[in-house]
Amino acid sequence: MTHVASDVLIVGAGGAGMYAAVAAARGGASVLLVDKGLVGRGGATIMAQMTVAAALGHEEPDDWTVHAADTVEAGRGLCNEQLVALLCQQGPSRILEMDAWGARWARTGNRLRQSPAPGHSRRRCCYIDFLNTGPAVAATLRRQASSSPHIQRLSNVAVTDIVVRDGCASGAVALDMVSGEPLTIDAKAVILAAGGLTKLYRRNSASANMGGEAYAMALRAGAELVDMEFVQFFPIGHLAPRLVGMDPIMWDPFRYKLGGRLLNGRFEEFIHRYGSTDGGHYSVARDLASYGIVKEVEAGRGSPHGGVYLDFRHVAESALRDAFGPVIDRLLANGIDLTRMLVEVSPIAHYHMGGIRVNTRMQTCVEALYAAGEAVGGAHGANRLSGNAITEAFVFGECAGRAAAEDVARRGHSGWDSAAAASALDLIRCLRDGRPRGERTPLSLQTELQDLMWDHVGVFRTGAQLDAALSRIRQMRDAELPHLRIAAAGQFNMDLHDWYELRAMLVVAESVAAAAAARRESRGAHQRLDLPGTDAALRHNQVIRLERGALSIRRAPVVQARATAAHS
Amino acid sequence: MSGAINRPTALLRVWRGQPDQPGGYETFEVPYEEGMSVLDGLRWIRARLDPTLAVRYSCINANVCKTCMALVNGEVKYTCTARLQSTPTTVAPLPKRSVIRDLVTDTVPADERPAHLGVNGEEVTGKPPEP
Repeated sequence: MTHVASDVLIVGAGGAGMYAAVAAARGGASVLLVDKGLVGRGGATIMAQMTVAAALGHEEPDDWTVHAADTVEAGRGLCNEQLVALLCQQGPSRILEMDAWGARWARTGNRLRQSPAPGHSRRRCCYIDFLNTGPAVAATLRRQASSSPHIQRLSNVAVTDIVVRDGCASGAVALDMVSGEPLTIDAKAVILAAGGLTKLYRRNSASANMGGEAYAMALRAGAELVDMEFVQFFPIGHLAPRLVGMDPIMWDPFRYKLGGRLLNGRFEEFIHRYGSTDGGHYSVARDLASYGIVKEVEAGRGSPHGGVYLDFRHVAESALRDAFGPVIDRLLANGIDLTRMLVEVSPIAHYHMGGIRVNTRMQTCVEALYAAGEAVGGAHGANRLSGNAITEAFVFGECAGRAAAEDVARRGHSGWDSAAAASALDLIRCLRDGRPRGERTPLSLQTELQDLMWDHVGVFRTGAQLDAALSRIRQMRDAELPHLRIAAAGQFNMDLHDWYELRAMLVVAESVAAAAAARRESRGAHQRLDLPGTDAALRHNQVIRLERGALSIRRAPVVQARATAAHS
Repeated sequence: MSGAINRPTALLRVWRGQPDQPGGYETFEVPYEEGMSVLDGLRWIRARLDPTLAVRYSCINANVCKTCMALVNGEVKYTCTARLQSTPTTVAPLPKRSVIRDLVTDTVPADERPAHLGVNGEEVTGKPPEP
């Protein structure tokens, strides 16, 4: 069996993981950067066709404190303000560092172009044309990570468990997908950067591979999660006609660059009915837009496929081409001519505000265990502003990598102990040999879970639906997960990988549903049809941990900003 | 539901095999909707017919992960953007790569494989050897 040792292990090689790798190597650590897919090709970063928010002030005067105030306001009272300060204060440095590394931000002379975006009071969203921000920044980070002699990358290696010994993270057990063999990794610090949980939902916009594994690994290692009830549904995900070769959330930049009218099935504007205005500004917040769309469909005023229409027919073809050039041709290849057709859109699971609870050094409550990127919870409270997710990947990634390297230098040794890894290794071998022989496959249970989460723990929730979801999820976990049919097959055994993904998805789904059931109000992305309205008395975060196999939830006060600004 | 029996379907001939076994084509029938991709069909097969079908993909249909390449009707294509036809579609692994399983080939860069680090039983470090 292969055993690997490194100072810092990073689980997940999207934007946050790659930035963390570069920062940890810069801090003097040897780094193992591991991804279950291909390094730099999976996760959410490459899917971000849009923008990165940072208070550079290149288009108009701006300041990180203004960016922070916008972020906190969008978060509906629940943001961890110290994480917000870190995010907004260091965002500009990261954008400029990426610029120095060759990311080709759209620019005019020496100044980067910055777009307006919903909820941002200044023009502060940087981008790479055309709708190429995510793939381009991922390529830049991949180049940086590949050029460092201190970073070893591993693709198609799925970490299954973090190994904890005496309360300290000391490495991991992983499955080498290609050989089908287990692998052990000894590390002095571990960074969880495996992204969010959008795969829990039937309709989701991110890569297919984010089943909440970072959260599940953190829980099983003894760390805490926060704000798990707040899943962001992107209001105008593409619905119809079938569109390939493009991200389903691509309509957002179209809308705020060019303006796009949202119309119900009767071709009427409707956002104004739900306590906001959209006229001329196209800047309605995401939670309100989702609410309006679902309510229109519910009232029988939806479009043919069960969404609403997005209309750009009032925009001249030359304006469409100026803004989106080759993208217009890709749309035409899909049979979509925006100058004369409407497209149908509806909410789609897009991002998770909640995640692993960390301090401003990205440390969890487990020694030597860190988190970065979307895996981190707390910075966005109950609702995230567009543009803040890639900023988060860069800033929290850099911070986690730097802190882990400092930790390693201080600690100097690893606490690796093969005995602590034994049970996780035994499980891989047992499953690989096709020991469980039930009727259903892991993938069929995943599909049922995705439907359950969409229907019962989705954009709108009720207490009864959440309770029903919780009882089915627990039944799946206890009665079905241990008895699924897994093909006993060697190389690239996707069945086995599906089982591990499902194991993570179940505990994370339970966390989301339990937190949603416990929050007896509506706030931001958490909308309870049976409890409309926000209760000022419930301005607190919910913290989850796993104790002896059972989840527990407690309330924690919202983390306020420090009296004096944090220094970088 | 009315019309269920007349829903259109498409046929996918998919190469199955592993390095140490003789491979061959297996034909699957999947529900067909205009505009659907070859990858949509392969994912449907995994979800409903045979979850052991090995296929590499990450982003489903955005065509940004660039990992889903295969030989579609004899041409190298991204399965996420190649459209399924109502006539049978043949999908095979990339021709110039060795097969790991079914449609998955060794597209991982050599220095990103565990084998690069060491062989069974050896303790190795993530640091590269000194020059």
